[in-house]
Amino acid sequence: MPYHSIVLVKQVPDTRAVTGEVMSAEGTMNRSALPAIFNPEDLNALEMALQIKEQHGGTVTVLTMGPMQASEVLREALYRGADRVVLLTDRKFAGADTQATSYTLAKAVEKLGAYDLVLCGRQAIDGDTAQVGPQTAEKLGVPQITYAESIASLNGDEIVVQRAFDLGTELVKCKLPCLLTVVGSANRPRPASARKRIEYKLAAVPAEYPRLLQKWPEFGSEAALEQFLAERNLKITTWTAADLNVDEAQLGLGGSPTQVHKVNYVVLEAAESKEVAPTPEGIRGLIEELVKEYIVG
Amino acid sequence: MIKDRNIWVFVEQDEGRINDVSLELLSKGQELAQTLGSQVWAVVCGHEITDLPQVIIQHGADHVLAADHAELELYRTLPYARVITNLIRTRLPYIFLVGATPVGRDLAPRLASAVHCGLTADCTDLQIGDYTSKKEGVTYHDLLYQIRPAFGGNVIATIVNPKTRPQMATVREGVMRRREPDPSRTGVLELVKPAFHAEDFALTVLSREIREPTVHLKDASVVVAGGAGATDPQDFQLVRELAHLLGGEVGASRAAVDAGLISREHQVGQTGTTVRPRLYIAAGISGSVQHRAGMDKSNKIIAINSDPNAPIFQIAHYKIVGDLGEVLPLLIKTLREKAK
Repeated sequence: MPYHSIVLVKQVPDTRAVTGEVMSAEGTMNRSALPAIFNPEDLNALEMALQIKEQHGGTVTVLTMGPMQASEVLREALYRGADRVVLLTDRKFAGADTQATSYTLAKAVEKLGAYDLVLCGRQAIDGDTAQVGPQTAEKLGVPQITYAESIASLNGDEIVVQRAFDLGTELVKCKLPCLLTVVGSANRPRPASARKRIEYKLAAVPAEYPRLLQKWPEFGSEAALEQFLAERNLKITTWTAADLNVDEAQLGLGGSPTQVHKVNYVVLEAAESKEVAPTPEGIRGLIEELVKEYIVG
Repeated sequence: MIKDRNIWVFVEQDEGRINDVSLELLSKGQELAQTLGSQVWAVVCGHEITDLPQVIIQHGADHVLAADHAELELYRTLPYARVITNLIRTRLPYIFLVGATPVGRDLAPRLASAVHCGLTADCTDLQIGDYTSKKEGVTYHDLLYQIRPAFGGNVIATIVNPKTRPQMATVREGVMRRREPDPSRTGVLELVKPAFHAEDFALTVLSREIREPTVHLKDASVVVAGGAGATDPQDFQLVRELAHLLGGEVGASRAAVDAGLISREHQVGQTGTTVRPRLYIAAGISGSVQHRAGMDKSNKIIAINSDPNAPIFQIAHYKIVGDLGEVLPLLIKTLREKAK
């Protein structure tokens, strides 16, 4: 039987790309110097959903919340085989902590209608909290399977999933609908398909129309461009707070129970330090000193 | 509405064995409770766990809420969440601390979402202090400061939950110091009767395989750790060799783990293990806040890096600017000669 999956994804700064240029001598980071990428484990979640669709039929819908630029990860999802993508974007969503984020995502999932599975990455590399998945599951009133590594079986309204931790595994059986948070070892996400890359190259959210018109002035007007995109299923759905059945007091920064009291750029206290030359004499001196101080036996 | 300022700790147990991080949180809870003039309460779930409350009290709890039920024998999100959510809703704890284990990271967000309170993951420090909201012009007294590296692990943020209760935070194992148990401590044991709903049993555990840890970073007296500068597998082999020679454990920065050079069990830092060895050797590690949070309490730090401006040098006692492929073999050779 076909299964309808919704994949929650996030665009994140690539914190793995932190290099000397991005880090200042004080140990702070220039965020804008980092490329924005598809959160790695969200790609594993998308891959799992695409494999379910290939084996059982059904649909894959991808949802993200973020600024207009986050449409990039939605195009990436289309290039890989997503059927439908939705961007949640509104200034009212900005500054959301995991509580306000999961509230907004759950409302959007409910608006999408009936589903069998919600999938997302175990955690995002910019915060590593791993909170949004379980918090969304609670708000949807569905069970959660965190640390999902593989689907052992999917039959009727029952799924059997292998969970993987640092120190072991667990096999669990769960009733659908449920939410899975997927670990990086789950699969190797497929690359973008060249054919789909061409097909969906123009997929855009309305805020991107001016940019597209600059590139292709022959469309003449935003209305003509929109009609062209809509006819070809290239208009990326965007929902604002007004499109969702939400209590605005629970959105964004104002709806976030956690607040940042202060941020400290860590001033490193220079330890009393000695420079050791990378030479045989230097290293010998270092080891002799460590032995004398009983640091090395 | 707030009746008291008690600190609750979720005590995680598996087959009657209490997780280390739970005991560490009981110690931290005692410290915070002294500042607040309140008590430490422990919440423990399981089946046939009658021996545990006494142990929990000796480790710092003043009051133990124990739910003993066959359906709680193996951890499952929904039955555990049902019991604990009910307790939070009826008793309104001021603070709730959970270990950032796979179980804690599954449970804590579910609880926070259900009772609609703020939650901060992987705190590296917890303190009590005041917070003034400029927007509201209101000062909140004696809040829990939830301190953690943020923004990719390059700054330290202090997070507060001014309005929602409990103030919830998770903490990794090894971050807080554990006090010795006090056999003379007394406390109250309160048995909790679970009231499950049919939908709490949507998930069944079919099988489970948990192995003993093979890496013992937390208590290692020497740690030799490799980072992004050791991405050459040969360099990493030298890191292992040096660790072996010094009778220590192999550590790694997140970059080395993400690059697939070594398993996640070896990761040192905020989202890995916190270590306090006698000697920490950082080989090819630049030293982000995220990494330093897990090793800056080491007794002596030797840093080896080809970049003379690497932040790790600012906390190192011995700086060696040089290539790993040259410095590590020199260290190994010199130590071998000394051993003869």
